[in-house]
Amino acid sequence: MSLTDQIVQYLVTGVSIGAVYGLVGLGLAIIFNATGVINFAQGEFVMLGGMCAVAFTGLGMPLIVAALLSIAVVTAVGLLVERLAIRALPRASIITLIIATIGASFVLKGGAKLLWGPEAVILPSFSGHAPLHIGAAGIDPQRVWVMGVALVSVIGVQLFFKYTLTGKAMQACAINRSAAQLVGININRMVSLSFGLSAALAAIGGIVLTPVTMMRYSQGATFTLTGFLAAVVGGLGNGIGAVVGGIMLGVLEALAGGFVDVATRGLIHSGYSKAIALAVALLILWLRPQGLLGRRERESA
Amino acid sequence: MSLLELRSVTADYEGLLALRGISLHANEGEITALLGANGAGKSTTLNVICGLLPTRSGQVRFAGEDISHLRPDRVVRRGLTQVPEGRLLFDDLTVRDNLLLGAYSRMRRESRRRIEEDIDGVCELFPILAEFADRRAGTLSGGEQQMLAVGRALMSAPRLLLLDEPSAGLAPKAVSEVFARIQALCRRGTSVVLVEQNVSAALKIADRGYVLEVGQIVLEGTAEELLANRDVQRAYLGKDYEEV
Repeated sequence: MSLTDQIVQYLVTGVSIGAVYGLVGLGLAIIFNATGVINFAQGEFVMLGGMCAVAFTGLGMPLIVAALLSIAVVTAVGLLVERLAIRALPRASIITLIIATIGASFVLKGGAKLLWGPEAVILPSFSGHAPLHIGAAGIDPQRVWVMGVALVSVIGVQLFFKYTLTGKAMQACAINRSAAQLVGININRMVSLSFGLSAALAAIGGIVLTPVTMMRYSQGATFTLTGFLAAVVGGLGNGIGAVVGGIMLGVLEALAGGFVDVATRGLIHSGYSKAIALAVALLILWLRPQGLLGRRERESA
Repeated sequence: MSLLELRSVTADYEGLLALRGISLHANEGEITALLGANGAGKSTTLNVICGLLPTRSGQVRFAGEDISHLRPDRVVRRGLTQVPEGRLLFDDLTVRDNLLLGAYSRMRRESRRRIEEDIDGVCELFPILAEFADRRAGTLSGGEQQMLAVGRALMSAPRLLLLDEPSAGLAPKAVSEVFARIQALCRRGTSVVLVEQNVSAALKIADRGYVLEVGQIVLEGTAEELLANRDVQRAYLGKDYEEV
C-alpha cells in the first residue's frame, strides 16, 4: 500500500472517530450556551447509546428500532440528569453544577456496569464488512455510516437553530437570559431541551460507533474529555467549532497513531497518539485562546 | 383605575436591601414616571414588577391580581413586559427574529398570520426596522437598537410597558424621537411606566410621577406638580438656588 493510500485510510479512521468527538463537543456547546455549565456526563450518553443499542438488538429488535429506542432512552436519561443535577440546585454556583454533572457521570457509569457487566460489547455492522476501496485503501463501510450519520445530525441541528421558533428561542436564552424571559420564554424548558438534544446527539454517535470500536461501561470519560477539548479548541459555545475541533483531534490521533512510530524510528511509540493530539490542541489554545472559531469576549454596547 | 399597584414592596440583592417599602400605582392609559438618582432603586423596582427579582415582602398587583410570585415568562403572558436597561437585544439574531421572538408568549394562542401582521404594524411605527429586517440586531446604531427593543416588547401585545432609561446613550435628536414614540404608544392604549434620569424630558410626556431616594419614595404627584417642585428643580433639573 502506497503512502497516499495509507494517509487516506488514516484520514477516514480519524474523521470517523473525530465526528463522534464532534457530536459530543456540539452537545457540550449546546448545554454550555443554555446554562454556562460544562456537562461532564456528556460522554456517558455516548456509552449509554451504544450499550442500549446492543441490549435492544439482543432482545431481537431490528437495528433501526433498537437505534431509535436507544436514542429515546438516552434522551430521557439526559432530561433526568438535568432534573436531578441542575434544576434541583437552583441557587448553586456554576462550579457546583459542574461537580454535580461529574457525580451524574459516576452514577451512569456505575449503573451501566451493574446492568451490563464489565465486558465490552459489540453491535453488528449496519451494512456488512466488505471494505470499500479508494485506490488500494480499504475502508470499513461502518466508518462511512459514522461520518454520514454525524454529518446529517450536525446539519439537522443547524437547521433546527436557524429555522424553528424553538431553536431561535434557545439561541435567545444563550444570548441573554433576562431578555429571553421578558419575551415569555420559559428558561427551565430551554435548559431541559438542551440536555435532551445533547444526550440524543451523543447517543447517535455511540450507536454508529459501537460496531467499529465496541463499547464498554467505562468508555464515557474518554468521550467527555476529548469532546470537551474539541469544544474548547473549536471555541467554547460555538457548535460548528466543536465539530471542527473534534474532527481535527480525531485526525491528529489517527495520523499520529499511524506514522509517529515510523517517523521517529520507534523513539515515540504509537500508543502516544492521543497525547500527541492533545499536545497539538494545547498548542492551538496557546496561540489562539478563544479557540479556532471562537470570538474574543465582546465589549458591551 | 389603577392597572399596576405596589403595596409596601421590599426587595434585596444578595442580602443588601434595595427597596425599603415601595408603594405606588400606575393608571391605565397614562405614563407614570419613576425618577431619581443612580442607585435609588428605579431599575430594581421594574425588575421586581416583572418578576426578574423576587419580592421579600409586600405585594405587586396587576389588573387586580397578585403577581408577586410569578416567573417573568408568566408575567409577560398577563400583558406586562419590560424594555430593560441597555436594551438587551438578541444581538446575533436578525431584526426580524428579534421581533418574532417578542411575540413568543402569544405563539400558542394566536395564529402566525396575526403575529406577522403585528410585525408589520411595529414596522410602520418604526420604519427603520422594516428596512433593516435581515440585519443582525447587534449591527444597528444605538437609537435603532432602542426602537427595536421597544418594538420587540410591543410584540407581546402588553397592556403595560415598563421602560428603563430609553434615552440612555442616545443623541438628543434620537431622544426626542423615542419620547415622541412613547407618547404615541400611550395614545394607542398601552400604559407606560417610565424610568428616566432625563427628568425634564420624562416629565414633559408623563402624567404622574414618583421620586425615589435610596429605595424609598420621597415625592409623588402629577407631572406639573413635580416640575414645579423646588426640590425636584434643584436636584434633577440643574437649577441654582437663585433661580428657584
